Amino acid sequence: MKTIFHVLRQSDKDSAPYWEDFDYETEGEADTVATALMRLPVQWDCSCLQKKCGACAMVINGVPALACDTMLARLKGTMVTLEPLRKFPTVADLRVDRSSMEERLRQFRIYREGTADHGADATVLEAGGCMQCGLCLEVCPNYYPGAEFGGMAAMNPAVRVMNGTEGKHLKSLRRSYVKTVYDGCGKSLACRDICPAGVNIEKLMTEANHDLRKSRAI
Amino acid sequence: MKRLEPAVNIIGAGLAGLSAAYVLAESGVRARLISLQTSERAASNLAAGGINGVLDVSGEHDSIAEHIEDTLTGGRFLADPEMVRGMANAAPAIILRLSELGVPFNRKEDKLVQRPFGGQSKKRTAFAKSSTGKYLVRALTDAVRKYESDGIIERFSRHRFTQIIQSDGQCTGACVTDTYDGGGFFMPGAVIMCCGGLNGFFPGLTTGSMTNSGSAAASLYASGIEFSNLEFIQYHPTTTPIAGKRLLVSEAARGEGARLFVEDEKGNRIYFMEDKYGTRGNLMPRDVISYEMVSTGRQAYLDYGAVTPDIWESRLSDMREEIIHYTGMDPVSACIPVAPGIHFFMGGIPGDARHRTNISGLWACGECAAAYHGANRLGGNSLLGAIYGGSVAAADVAKEFEGHMIRNGYGSAEDLRAYSFIREDETDAEMKLESCLARSMGIIKSENDLRCSMEMIDGLLTGVCSDEMRDRLLLGRAMLTASSVRRESRGAHRRADFPLESEKYMGSSVSRFENGKHAVSFVRQD
Repeated sequence: MKTIFHVLRQSDKDSAPYWEDFDYETEGEADTVATALMRLPVQWDCSCLQKKCGACAMVINGVPALACDTMLARLKGTMVTLEPLRKFPTVADLRVDRSSMEERLRQFRIYREGTADHGADATVLEAGGCMQCGLCLEVCPNYYPGAEFGGMAAMNPAVRVMNGTEGKHLKSLRRSYVKTVYDGCGKSLACRDICPAGVNIEKLMTEANHDLRKSRAI
Repeated sequence: MKRLEPAVNIIGAGLAGLSAAYVLAESGVRARLISLQTSERAASNLAAGGINGVLDVSGEHDSIAEHIEDTLTGGRFLADPEMVRGMANAAPAIILRLSELGVPFNRKEDKLVQRPFGGQSKKRTAFAKSSTGKYLVRALTDAVRKYESDGIIERFSRHRFTQIIQSDGQCTGACVTDTYDGGGFFMPGAVIMCCGGLNGFFPGLTTGSMTNSGSAAASLYASGIEFSNLEFIQYHPTTTPIAGKRLLVSEAARGEGARLFVEDEKGNRIYFMEDKYGTRGNLMPRDVISYEMVSTGRQAYLDYGAVTPDIWESRLSDMREEIIHYTGMDPVSACIPVAPGIHFFMGGIPGDARHRTNISGLWACGECAAAYHGANRLGGNSLLGAIYGGSVAAADVAKEFEGHMIRNGYGSAEDLRAYSFIREDETDAEMKLESCLARSMGIIKSENDLRCSMEMIDGLLTGVCSDEMRDRLLLGRAMLTASSVRRESRGAHRRADFPLESEKYMGSSVSRFENGKHAVSFVRQD
């Protein structure tokens, strides 16, 4: 079956975006947007092709998603529109610069100081699903480029390292959490539905907020 | 080209690179973690089944001696026993340390549990569901972040390694390109290669990451760095094709009781591994199973009937979800068709027990190194080898760093040649290279096929212009040459024309490109 890919392209970060259409002959039932992109002369990020790395986040038919998680057979119509994520600077075509997510975690010193407490393994297993793909920030009504608020992409690593952390660094972690997660979150929970790893965001946030209230950090 | 301050340059941010960065930072040595994408995108995240180490939690009287023996036997006696001993000795402490760093290994009543895995006599594989690699990467990424915040580790997460700089036969630094704006960096200092396997030479046929083109390794080979055991490519017996690649169906399923079968003409199930090897047939080493599967000449399936609902939920739920998502079949109710797919490269850059390569100033660890796995790797030993190797190399670099920097005068970028990437008019050469390798480096190889492909590649070499394409052809040629000169069948290297293991080849092959020629020698493991 023939599919037309309508792609918002951009040759580099400073040039103007433009639309270009590509014809693609579907190879099989299992074809995904990612497999089509592998044969198109378009720049994009890709690594695992199996929903485990988060590289190929983009906007597909107006909806943010992973290209390898989007089967062509499940899309309506014969035209697929691809755009880069809008909340991150475009590098070229569908490639965006998501380094602000990494930078935020460094800046807020999101790491454990101490030995992990395995009583919290259920939380770590859940939050460990986060691939730092950025889809949660793309759909978040409260996140904007340059914000201190880091959304669920900041919450997941933060709740992973709270357990086992003690003393001064725990206080600092809690302050970081309040600043980069709690204060900015309007609880729209758009992130819950978009997360390709299916992280149970409500559960993690409820637990973390409960802990913060107990410790009077909020 | 921008020249940076001297520091240790770690090429690759998967588990080997993270482990090296962590150990260097703990010793207070500044390092750069250089990778094409962030650690979340590394191939290490795809490792499923677990990590080996003798904890003896199952009351089976497991011992480190048995871990060593299983690893050496599984590798058909090509791995260095001393190096394997070092890894097996360190394994229990590594698993406990990872647990302290937050890896949520499966537990029962507060104690770690271990699952049986292929080629191992005892239950020795610690795991976090069926996503062990991912949780190891998360824990080490979180741990290394502390040093990033402190400025000891600096990340270059969109950067591509092009070549090492050599001066007087020593490695004095690395050249790296920013993939966003094309800007070049000369990074003086020791170099630790953690650049993974050679998946990129076999697109569509492997379970690994698409990011890894294998060009970093190719650049090293072309610069005279030795490569060892390139003829040994692991075909994992249970993979299934999905769009663009092979999806790994973890050995964990067989560890938990799943059985391999084929159907005869009448539709009767033949459990061919059990028929030939008895009750542990489904957990034979991967090279043995892949070979037996191909030998049946039929489509193989996995029968999950023996996996209980409790095990599905607590240990394999992530794997089940993935299979349903990409194949539309639920392994709880359906038998999944499986076939061997390329999963791991045993060959790579050889090193000594401290992971030093044949030139001073260059270390290699993780899948790009040939170290612990000989002719065939056991499941659960790759995560261990990556973490252990990274830590050993880093500890050695930390000791050597000052001396190395002084000896080499902080390196010089003056004689640096430009490195050119594959040109658009070379895609045909690349495709021909890939098809030669796919045809000739299969589960069963033959001299005719290998010769044919070597001639084809030699022809292609005369017509290419870019450094990258030339280097790739050279490394591809080296894989074929190594396969051709090993005239026996051992581990993952099977020859139709030499079907038996031969005492004569009881050693590692060492390939080297020198003065425009490929040379292969054998180093006996006595």
